[in-house]
This record gives sequence, C-alpha cells and structure tokens, in this order.
Amino acid sequence: MPGLAGRFSVVVKSKINKLLDKAEDPGETLEYSYQKQIELLQNVKKGLADVVTAKKRLQLQSQKLEQQVVKLDTQARTALAAGNEDLARAALERKTLAQNELQSLDQQVTELENQQQQMVDSEAKLRTKIDQFRTKKEVIKAQYSAAEAQVRISEAASGVGEEMADVGLAMQRAVDKTENMRARASAVEELEKAGSFDDLTALGPGQDDIDRQLAQLTSATEVDSELAKMKAELGQGSGAPAELGSGGDAAPAPTPAATDAPQKEESA
Amino acid sequence: MIVRIAGEGQFRIDEACVDRLNELDAEAVTAVEKGEEEKFHEIFARMIEIVRSDGKPLGDDELTVSDVIIPPADTSLEEVRDDFTGEGLIPG
Repeated sequence: MPGLAGRFSVVVKSKINKLLDKAEDPGETLEYSYQKQIELLQNVKKGLADVVTAKKRLQLQSQKLEQQVVKLDTQARTALAAGNEDLARAALERKTLAQNELQSLDQQVTELENQQQQMVDSEAKLRTKIDQFRTKKEVIKAQYSAAEAQVRISEAASGVGEEMADVGLAMQRAVDKTENMRARASAVEELEKAGSFDDLTALGPGQDDIDRQLAQLTSATEVDSELAKMKAELGQGSGAPAELGSGGDAAPAPTPAATDAPQKEESA
Repeated sequence: MIVRIAGEGQFRIDEACVDRLNELDAEAVTAVEKGEEEKFHEIFARMIEIVRSDGKPLGDDELTVSDVIIPPADTSLEEVRDDFTGEGLIPG
C-alpha cells in the first residue's frame, strides 16, 4: 500500500465505517453520525481548555524563575562584596541553570500558543462542517428514498468523517505535546523542591549532591566570565581607577583590590 | 484532485500541480530511504508550499473526501517513515 493509504487514511476509513455500520436505517445513521460530531466538538473544547491550563502553569513557573534569577544575582553580588567568592560562584551557577530553564520554558509557552491557535481554528472549521452536515441530513431525510439516501449519507458522512479524523489527529498531537511539557514542568518543580533554586542561606551540609549536579549542568566559563564582570563592577563601585569599557583588555584587572580591601556594609 | 494538509484543510489542485508534487514525492521517498533527514524536510516543505500557494482552499461548507492526505507540516521523519515508502503519498 502506498503512503497515501497510510496510518492517517486508515484511521479515517475505520472511523467512517464505524459510523456507517452502526445503524441499518439511514435516518439513524445520520443521527448517530451527527451525535458523534457533537461529541468530537466537545472533546476539542476540552482539549483546548487543557492546553490553556498547561500554558498558564508554564507561565507561572516562568515568572517564578524570573524572580529567582534576580534574587540569585543579588545574592551573588552580596556574597562577592563580602569577599565570599565560593558562595558567589554557587549563586551564579544556580542563576545560569535558572536562566537556561527559563529559556526553554518560554519556548514551550510559544509552542503551546501555536497549538492553542490551531485548535481554535479546527474548532471553528469543524463547527461549520457540522452545521453543513445537519442541513444536509434534513434534506436527505426529506427528499430521498432509502437506497438513494444510503449513497448520499455515505458521501456526507465520509466528508465530515475525514474532517473529524483530521481534528482528532491534530488533537492527539496537541495532547501528546502538552503531556510532555507537563512532565517537564513537574521535573522543574521537583528540582525547585529539592532546593536547587532555593535561597542560598538554606544550603545545608548535606547538599553537596545538588552542587555537583549544578556544576555539571552549568557552563563553568559562563559563570567565570560573569564572576569576573561582577568583580569589575564592584571594583568600580569602590572607586578603583578601572575604566573597563568595551575592549579594555589592556587595563589591569582590578580584582585583587576587591579582595584586599573588602568594603563593609556595602549593599546595593 | 483534492488534497488535505492534515491539521490545515483541503485544497483543490490542478494536473500540473499534481505532476510537480509527484516528482517531489518520489524525491522524498528516496530521501527517507537514505535516511537524509535534512533533505527530506526541505522536499516536504516544498510540497506543502506548492499545495498552499497553487491550490484553492475548499470552502468550510464543502463536505468532500480528499484524494490525498499530506501529513502535518511539522511532522518528523520518524512519524512519516511509513507514508513515504514505495509510491509515496501520491500513487503513480
């Protein structure tokens, strides 16, 4: 069998056959078919609601992560100002992780938005087709003999059946995607609960494991360069003669100054 | 010929269009056989583009069965591996 009669077409045909086999009487077939269409429309609405819920959840997580990023950045600065570079590094590692997670969350939200739009479109189209079918159904019942009606019913049911199968498939894909995202969102929540995004002051001695995990997940160079940048900024803040604009590579690094003379009570 | 792009809708296309699609279809089958994912996506995207630009969308009030069903535009090669074998999407 060529691809044309692939998985999708098989689904369509079996759906249509199921519809037609259900009842002997053409009138009954029509009613049954119509009832199935209304059911599908309800399912689409429900699926749409699920997508919206999943999207809202991801958006909420995204907001929380944004707050975490700001918080961790402040913590890193405070730690560095107090001369605790290790703590600053840990905070920056967490910040990088949170930022990466944030990026992927935003991507997923966009994907879900597309999904949502597609389902809204499908729903509108299906509704029109169903209306059309309802009109046809009444015409067929009123005008045709049983034998003729059977042919017309097959035509109408096949047409609307294909539309139903199409919407059904689109919905299945949307649901699968949403499920995947939900699983991912849960994983992030678990990570949060495990303390990886928590306040650094809550970091106990038994959490080396998380630290190791973090170190693996975050790019060391990224953290290093951010740490250097922060040091430079702090150096500037304490009045060091550092003019680190763009491309100030030749200028001496003001970093030792920051550790040699730690500024007390210097809060941002 | 009536073609449906899954998840998008139905289009009426003329013979010339069918011929062009058939050529691409054959190329797509070859790409799938060789496992050339990038090439497959490029061909598949062109097929969909042809249907979208040259085909006439069927009205929402028409209840017609399609002659050919093209998988959704964002399908992966894995998902359509079975569709693009032998004669491809469009027989002949």
